[in-house]
Amino acid sequence: MKYQNEYRGKEEVRKILDELQRIVTREHSIMEICGGQTHTLVGYGLLDMLPKKITMIHGPGCPVCVTPISILDNAVELALEHDVTLFSFGDMLRIPGTSKSLLEARAEGGKVKAVYSPLEAVTYAEKNPNEEVVFLSIGFETTMPANAYAVDLAKKRGLENFSILVSHVLVPPAVEAVMSDPLTKVDALLAAGHVCTITGLSEYGPLVEKVKIPIVVTGFEPLDLLQGILMAVKQLEAGEIKLENQYGRVVKAEGNPAAMEVTRRVFEITDMEWRGLGVIPRSGLQLRPEYADFDASLRFSLDTCKIESESECIAADILKGIKKPPECPAFGTRCVPENPLGAPMVSNEGACSAYYQHAQMTSI
Amino acid sequence: MNQSCPLPSFGSDQITLGHGSGGKLTANLLDSGVFSIFDSPYLQERDDTATCPLGNESVVITTDSFVVNPLFFPGGDIGKLAVHGTVNDLAMGGGIPNYLTLALILEEDFPIAKLHTILQSIHEACGESGVEIVTGDTKVVEKGKGDQIFINTTGVGTPSPHAQLGNAYIQKGDAIITSGRVGDHGATILAQREGLEISGDLASDTRPLNHIVHGMLEKFGHAIHFLRDPTRGGISSTLNEAATTTKLGIHIVKDDIPILPEVKDFSSILGLDPLYIANEGIFIAFVEATQAEAIIEHLRQHPFGKNAAIIGTVIEDHPGVVVLENEIGGRRPLNLLPGEQLPRIC
Repeated sequence: MKYQNEYRGKEEVRKILDELQRIVTREHSIMEICGGQTHTLVGYGLLDMLPKKITMIHGPGCPVCVTPISILDNAVELALEHDVTLFSFGDMLRIPGTSKSLLEARAEGGKVKAVYSPLEAVTYAEKNPNEEVVFLSIGFETTMPANAYAVDLAKKRGLENFSILVSHVLVPPAVEAVMSDPLTKVDALLAAGHVCTITGLSEYGPLVEKVKIPIVVTGFEPLDLLQGILMAVKQLEAGEIKLENQYGRVVKAEGNPAAMEVTRRVFEITDMEWRGLGVIPRSGLQLRPEYADFDASLRFSLDTCKIESESECIAADILKGIKKPPECPAFGTRCVPENPLGAPMVSNEGACSAYYQHAQMTSI
Repeated sequence: MNQSCPLPSFGSDQITLGHGSGGKLTANLLDSGVFSIFDSPYLQERDDTATCPLGNESVVITTDSFVVNPLFFPGGDIGKLAVHGTVNDLAMGGGIPNYLTLALILEEDFPIAKLHTILQSIHEACGESGVEIVTGDTKVVEKGKGDQIFINTTGVGTPSPHAQLGNAYIQKGDAIITSGRVGDHGATILAQREGLEISGDLASDTRPLNHIVHGMLEKFGHAIHFLRDPTRGGISSTLNEAATTTKLGIHIVKDDIPILPEVKDFSSILGLDPLYIANEGIFIAFVEATQAEAIIEHLRQHPFGKNAAIIGTVIEDHPGVVVLENEIGGRRPLNLLPGEQLPRIC
């Protein structure tokens, strides 16, 4: 595929690694925000190839990991107790709720379907007017426009059996929250290229001012990540703090105005709970009042109060780089990908899961 | 900031689809249930086939059930799969397939014309494989109590005199071979299911492997140490199983694995990994390293082996773990899936 294979070249990778090795003089901790970037770092084995002085911290940008458990419980309840056909992105299905995952709900007879687009759920609702259809609307700025468009479309078509269960989260407030902890050990950030493709760069200049560390908007192929890391390290070594865009082939300063327009028309900003991080002010989206008919939590009177039981998961420390996953007493023993105790072990892209996979190769 | 993280319950009381994916959950289910109840030395081999004494001879025996959606797909249908799957399992166990049984579970309302098409397909696949259906069974379940048609076939064969196969024969230094392209079948089925059209001629490669395997065993005999058809769970599952049981490490080179560009792109778009999707027309062989090139040459003479390639090596490092070296020279463990493969959100 174009714009993909040319970012997976062995020689180009070697060149950047050599340059990194040459210019790095002291230790740097760089956080990649997005789970997709973690996926590439782990999947391509880049973590082992980087100079020892560079530590990558896997940030809070895995939507599957940070979706609060109460939303999962609501989704399970919808599928099992309200006779709803529940549509979701595939990787949400395995995530454990308080008592069970959506996969287990499906095994108990719940109608749970994995889709690639919310529009599939809209189409299904239109074809099956006697069924209540709910789409589990989660994710960062990347999934918001399509989900907003689906709601808007359902409204235009007058669908009365379609609604969404919303738990959308925004990147910049999460970055601020992570950086606001004085113990946080992050020297530079790689921002998520696809998020900025939608939102543009307008929020990120002010963000650099606030958090006072370099931010490089970075893509997802191996070479993208390495270029992003190189740009960050160059800034750090030179003592600079500025916003840079590694992913210029895709990210424009103005973002995607059409996508932002539909998102703003359908959703509004609200305080949001993040699994592992707690409630962060103005860090999420909810449906605007004019779209309240499409809010599954209202339609089915779901209990949205947040109950968090105590556990030994140290997710917040992990996501801020204060502790590394192997420092957690449960890591790799009581907490493994098949049986995660908390957010970062949940999906392949979670920080702990990434460490776990890596450890299997090196420490056995 | 709240640092607590809720305690989930992941232990399940019910069967989930993941228990049938051939991954970790399947292994857990077999360990906790089947193997603790049935104390048989044959079962302890944990193989798809068993070679058992019968009178003065031995028989190789296997059974497999087929539940595929859609029933018809480019390159094949459930009928072909039902024959090839069982024939191939026998071949992987070093058996020469002779007889099959055929059991049908039909859902009320299923069109008889479709059944005839499937039976015809079974007939043709038997001819191609050189096996005969000798007995069978038919059951019908109420509408909604099945999914159109489920098929079970059991296969019986004789052990090949040239075969000495099994985990126990895998040794350090063995070359790992695939007899053909990885992912064609799984990608075809997924594309059909998602209603996606893939450019090019992507079709399932379902086919009987007994003849090509027999030829290879005849020529190379004990240089072939282990054979497996990487169906459910893909080549990752096959390799992981071998690494786990032998307590040896496996090194795989991604660039050496033959995969159609269409399959690569399709998997990438859907957020799936071709190394985890099912195959029906290839086998993985662990062979004596010194013979590997000659075996590849030999396989490439056969129409079903044109894309045969050496994809990796058995090593002493990282015992029990399969490590994949990717196109940029990085390495990562190729783990067993915790359950069914689920597409990623971003």
